[in-house]
Order: sequence, then C-alpha cells, then structure tokens
Amino acid sequence: MDKAAIVGVAQTRYERRKKDQIFADMVFDVTRAALDDAGLTINDIDSVVTCSNDFYDGRTISGMAVGDAAGGMDKNISTVSGDGTFGAFYGLMRVLSGYKATIVVAHYKGSEGDVKITTNGMFDPIFHRFLGIEAISAAALQANAYMNLYGLTEEQFAEVSVKNHGNALNNPYAQLAMKITVADVMNSKKIADPLKLFDCCPISDGAAAIIIAGEEIAARSKKKPVWIKGVAHCCESYLLGDRDLAKPVALSEAARKAYAMAGIKNPLREIDVAEILEAFSYMEPLWLEGLGFCKPGEGATLIGKGVTGMGGRLPVNPSGGALSANPILVAGLARLIEATLQVRGEAGARQVDKVNTALAQGFNGPCGQSHCVWIIGGKK
Amino acid sequence: MSDWRKDVEPLTLKGQIAIPYTWHVGDVGSRFLAALRDEKKILGSRCPECGKVFVPARKNCGACFVDISEWVELKPEGVIEAYTIVHYSHPIQPVKPPFAYALIKLDGADVGFLHLIKKDLDKLKNGLRVKAEFSGERTGKILDIDSFELV
Ligand SMILES: [Zn+2]
Repeated sequence: MDKAAIVGVAQTRYERRKKDQIFADMVFDVTRAALDDAGLTINDIDSVVTCSNDFYDGRTISGMAVGDAAGGMDKNISTVSGDGTFGAFYGLMRVLSGYKATIVVAHYKGSEGDVKITTNGMFDPIFHRFLGIEAISAAALQANAYMNLYGLTEEQFAEVSVKNHGNALNNPYAQLAMKITVADVMNSKKIADPLKLFDCCPISDGAAAIIIAGEEIAARSKKKPVWIKGVAHCCESYLLGDRDLAKPVALSEAARKAYAMAGIKNPLREIDVAEILEAFSYMEPLWLEGLGFCKPGEGATLIGKGVTGMGGRLPVNPSGGALSANPILVAGLARLIEATLQVRGEAGARQVDKVNTALAQGFNGPCGQSHCVWIIGGKK
Repeated sequence: MSDWRKDVEPLTLKGQIAIPYTWHVGDVGSRFLAALRDEKKILGSRCPECGKVFVPARKNCGACFVDISEWVELKPEGVIEAYTIVHYSHPIQPVKPPFAYALIKLDGADVGFLHLIKKDLDKLKNGLRVKAEFSGERTGKILDIDSFELV
C-alpha cells in the first residue's frame, strides 16, 4: 500500500440537542476546523466523502444537503450511508487511487428524529420490522446470548459503563461525563434485559471531520502526520437469527486483515490504546474478543483486571467512548479522531503515555453486522 | 457577529414522513407467508451445499452462494437461544410492554427465528422450549404467528 496519513481532525462537542446548529452548520464548522488543524485550505482538498443516512436525516440523498458545507463545491463528492470508519475507508481509497487529499465528514442529530423508528427501519420489512425490534432490543438479545454462552454477569458489563463515563470526565467533547458506581448502573432504569439505562449510549447530536492525504500533502501539513498502517472491514449475515450473536466473526476477520497489513502479531503487546464503538456496555468486552486482545469469553475478565483502564496495559476508550456520546455514523469517526489525537500526543487530560500505535474500530448494522478496524501510528 | 445570536429564538419545524410502500415479498416469501396464513405451518428451506436449514425460507444460501430449492416443514416448536424482556413502550411495538423478543431455534432448523413471547416472562430462560401460537385472524404476515409460549 502507498503511504497515506491522517493530517487533520475536528469534532464538535457532542450534546443531547444542538439547537443552535443545523446539519450544514455543524459540517461547515468541523470542515473548517479540520483544515485549520492540518494547516491546509479548501483548495488543497480534491475529494470529499460525507457520511449520512436518509432515514436519520429525514431527506432523500441526505449527503446533498451538506456537500457545500463540506467544501465539496466543484469537487468529486460522494456519500457513505454508514459509520464514519467506513467513510474514512472510502476516503483512503480515494487517496490511494490518486487524489491528493480527501476530507471525510459525518453528521447526525438524534434529537431531530425518532431513533426507535429509524433503527427499526434497519430490519427486514417483511419478516422483522412488524415485530417492532430496533437497535436497543436487538442489542439486548446479543447481550443475553453473550452472557449465556460464557456465564457473564450484568455487573461485569456495568464496569465498562463506570470506566467509560469516568474517562469522559477528561474529554471536553463528551456528552455524558459522570463518576458513577457499579451499583448506580445496576440500579438504573430497566430498558431491555440485561440492559439498563447506564448500559446504553445516549441520543446525541454532533459532527466530525478528518482529512486523509498522500505523502505530498502530508509533507506540508502543519501537524505531525498520523500514518495509516492497516485497515480492513468485513460483514456478516443480515438476519440476526443467521448469526451467532455471541461471536463477532466479522470483527475478527476485519482485525485479522488489518493486523496483517500493519504487521501486528500480538495486538495486546503492540497496540498502545484502542478507541472502539461500544454503543452498549457489553459491546466493549465482546469487541475486545473479536479484536483478538484476549480469547473468546475473556473480554470481561480483561476489563475486570484493569487492563483497559487509563493506567492499564491497553487503555480502551480514554475518550469515554460511545457510552458517553453516540452520534450515530459520527461515532466511529470520533473513535478514529481520538486515536489520532492519542498518536499525536494531543489528547489532553485523556492522553495515554507513549502511544506509538493506536487502534480505532467502528461498526454498521444491528449488533455489529459489519466492522471496520484501523491501525494508525506515528512512524511512516 | 456573536451579539445577535444570544437573542435568537431557536425555531423548529415539525414534520412527518409517512410513505406508503407495497413490497413484493418474493416467491419464496409469498409461499412462506401463505403457509402461515392458510395452513399454520412454518416453512424453511435447505441449502444443497452446506445442508443448513434456513427459516424463514430463503431462495439462496449466501455462504455457499447457490440456489436453494428444497422446502422443509418445521415443527412450530423449538428452543430459546436468546431473549430479552423489553420494558419500554413505543408505537412501533405490536404489543404493550413488558414483552420479550426471542431468537428461537425451531426443531429441524439451523438458524434462529426472531419472534415475540408475551406470557410467563418471569419464567423465561435460555434453553427452554417454546411453541408457536397462531393468530385467529391471519392475513399473510409474520404476525400470523401471534407469539411463542412456553411448552
Ligand atoms: Zn449453504
């Protein structure tokens, strides 16, 4: 693979409701901030990828409404209707196919639609949609299958919520930063067993942008380029019943390919920090298993031992993760941005010591139907 | 610039998108739904390559990438593979909470079948056997199975 780097990043503060900004306002702000971060102008950008979803935005071909705000005027622009990690993957492909620099933007306003209706829309309209299932109840089925297979407890999942909401106290962009206990999580409102309120991500508004460039632009960008070492995505079956929800096989395959590309043999030893998309608490241990940081069934033990805490061998979600803000589609791009800031050493109070190599992960579809894994580092 | 913003009243507009669709359910889907409606039967289909029995019946096996033509009548009974009891209410739900969603491995099938459980929620456990209760009035839709009940 030719060399490509992340040269600029920006995100809005994530909030329950951004009533002072429309989609295009948010996208314009993060586009300009990412350019400023990179020390580039819009004229340095020759390709634009936007991430949006028509159901979420309530408009057909929703990417069209933010093209100008993303600096896409007179440029090659297209839209990924999926998580920002997938949008960034497409942005990287553009750069590898000869474009000099791609800006990838994602936006979402959970406050403006009805997330239960829009995520119910993910499901098959003939066999599943009439049952009323949506993102939360599907996730609860996955959490149940995972607990049942390995004999896990709700308290083990609650520890993730405690850790990530606590980490969010160090992240000025986070929406739900709080010091809570396992008991607080256990006593929070029942949503869909085994999930309780604090096991679930909030509804969020926000936007994020990232600039991916080839060597020519990277050489003259203001910030130290963060090089893309490996990236892959993989998808599994659509219908929930066709999948073993306790085994994230698409994530394992994406990780295997990304590690092979990056030359990583022992991820737990070679990766210094991970930002992963845990929209629900149980997802963090499950995704850690899929990412090969431990054996299947041992993700919760890894977390319980403190390995993934700020002082542990592998801090996971120093930002507070998606439990602390989950603007859908933006959330994966935020993971990649947070990982980039960690490699640069610019993560402020949430900075992990000596980060050479970072991992970011995002997913699309109910219960993580498809996953995208990024390995980035400071060395070319 | 910033002065006028402090005094702006943030206006919103209410909208609603309600688009009628008429989805053809496909020939395999039509036979599956007609069997629910007319015979109270749950039909699956078996892949000629891997032998997997899918339910609802499929026209193709994605893994083997081949056509499926063999129909299999499944018992309207099986085992709870995964379940969740839902405590929140929303108009998209066909029943008032609490109720459960379950992935049910029907006898003779190799994949889970997603449906509802409405009764005995406090007795639910992974691995318990359940059977389909059909609706009295059936029109060729997935809710022609009203729900599953503990055996
Ligand atoms: Zn097959």
